[in-house]
Amino acid sequence: MSTQAKGFDWVRAAPWLYTAALFILWEGAARGFDLPQYILPAPTVIAQAIVQYWSAIWKNSLQTLYTTLAGFLLAVVGGLALGILVGWSRFIYAGLYPLMVGFNAIPKVALVPVLVIWFGIGTVPAILTAFLIAFFPIVVNVATGLATIEPEMEDVLRALGAKKMDIMLKVGIPRSMPYFFGSLKVAITLAFVGSVISETVAANSGLGHMMLGAQSQFNVPLVFAGLVMLAIEGIVMYAIMAWIEMRMTGWAHRSQTMAA
Amino acid sequence: MQPLVTIDKVEMRYGGADGLLAVSDLTLSVAKGEFAAVVGPSGCGKSTLMKLVTGLYIPQQGVVTVAGARVTKPVSIVGMAFQNPTMLPWRTTLDNILLPLEVVERHRGRLRANKAEYVAKAEALLETVGLKGFGHKFPWQLSGGMQQRANLCRALIHEPDLLMLDEPFGALDSFTREELWCVIRDLHAAQGVTIVLVTHDLREATFLADRIFVMSSRPGRIIEERRVPFARPRDLELMYDAAFTDIVHELRSSIADARKAA
Repeated sequence: MSTQAKGFDWVRAAPWLYTAALFILWEGAARGFDLPQYILPAPTVIAQAIVQYWSAIWKNSLQTLYTTLAGFLLAVVGGLALGILVGWSRFIYAGLYPLMVGFNAIPKVALVPVLVIWFGIGTVPAILTAFLIAFFPIVVNVATGLATIEPEMEDVLRALGAKKMDIMLKVGIPRSMPYFFGSLKVAITLAFVGSVISETVAANSGLGHMMLGAQSQFNVPLVFAGLVMLAIEGIVMYAIMAWIEMRMTGWAHRSQTMAA
Repeated sequence: MQPLVTIDKVEMRYGGADGLLAVSDLTLSVAKGEFAAVVGPSGCGKSTLMKLVTGLYIPQQGVVTVAGARVTKPVSIVGMAFQNPTMLPWRTTLDNILLPLEVVERHRGRLRANKAEYVAKAEALLETVGLKGFGHKFPWQLSGGMQQRANLCRALIHEPDLLMLDEPFGALDSFTREELWCVIRDLHAAQGVTIVLVTHDLREATFLADRIFVMSSRPGRIIEERRVPFARPRDLELMYDAAFTDIVHELRSSIADARKAA
């Protein structure tokens, strides 16, 4: 880092400074151009809305967080399992990969009506949409980690009589863990996209549902309050995933200064 | 002396009947305890030779035997080391060295119960290669030369009868390379292991080996076999000897001829 030992650490402060600058610019623009509240409410107005509607916002935020996390956990379990399966054999890889690419190309919002027919309006479609959208990056990353084992390493072990299972357990799976934990950051963000899409289309609660209701009443500050809550939940979950990644696979993020 | 490795009129073709012919009419034998080096122009099938001897490839024609038995599946009495040390970054150096024991049939069952004994053995090997006290470090905390030393320990931990080295010093600077030549020379002297070294470096081959095989360009076969007469233990100073330079020079012209013939 380029900062000196003493004095103010600008790099550490940068995220806060930039965020503050964004809100100040926004506030200034909203006031300066005298934008009406139903176009772009100023941050202070949004803050007021958050305070005013706090009980509804809190309840719906928890609902969205719940569906997102449930879908995300399913995606982690399913993605890890399928990723290992796909990385295991070329035959499974060759067969499943085009199917998965095709499936991933389908916009998940188009699946929500189907899910509603199967499971009704509410929590289950939101969880499943989050799962479906978060699942793909995990599978791809785990499979990539397994598929990129160094051939020399495989030769060394196979010459010693290692079975496929040994190579997977000793080398492949540990090796794919940085890819897996890296993909969690992408997956959690996508899971929010999935759950909110589903809540917007077909739900009785959740931030997506709340924002849709607010929009129909032209309560634009409340719509923005929902967006701010989503951003906060997203940042917090992302930070948690990044922290887990560092904790679990610190060896993959080794710093050059540690080399002897 | 009884040969440990024999390769008899072996032909190996990749990718089906009209695929790439890697080696053809390849014949050589290495005696027990011998240090053999294989040199040749690039792409002459030296790595194929490695894989044939370790049983990773089974030849379409001809016979490979190791320790008197025909090779039809991977041979676990062989240790291997490549140019790329391929240490697993999530394991400490010591745990990396113990990895083969978790795989080889006759050790894996005993490993847990006799951990201390195996760890002591690994520590002893680390000391032999000059890495005493580095076992608890992670491989990425070691320099390239140190990783390659650890790689040699990993290749030797299960007490193989045969050590196959595929350009293990190719990626190192020349000083480190000379140090490691001495390490491998001393290992060979101390453990009586048979070594087959595949290399591009003619000085390396001449300094280390008892016998040097020169391979032709693809399809590879042995076109020259040369005994290295210098007495052991050899000193690095030997490389500045006129007789040494002559051997290197002659090998060089053989390989130049082999390349021209291609």
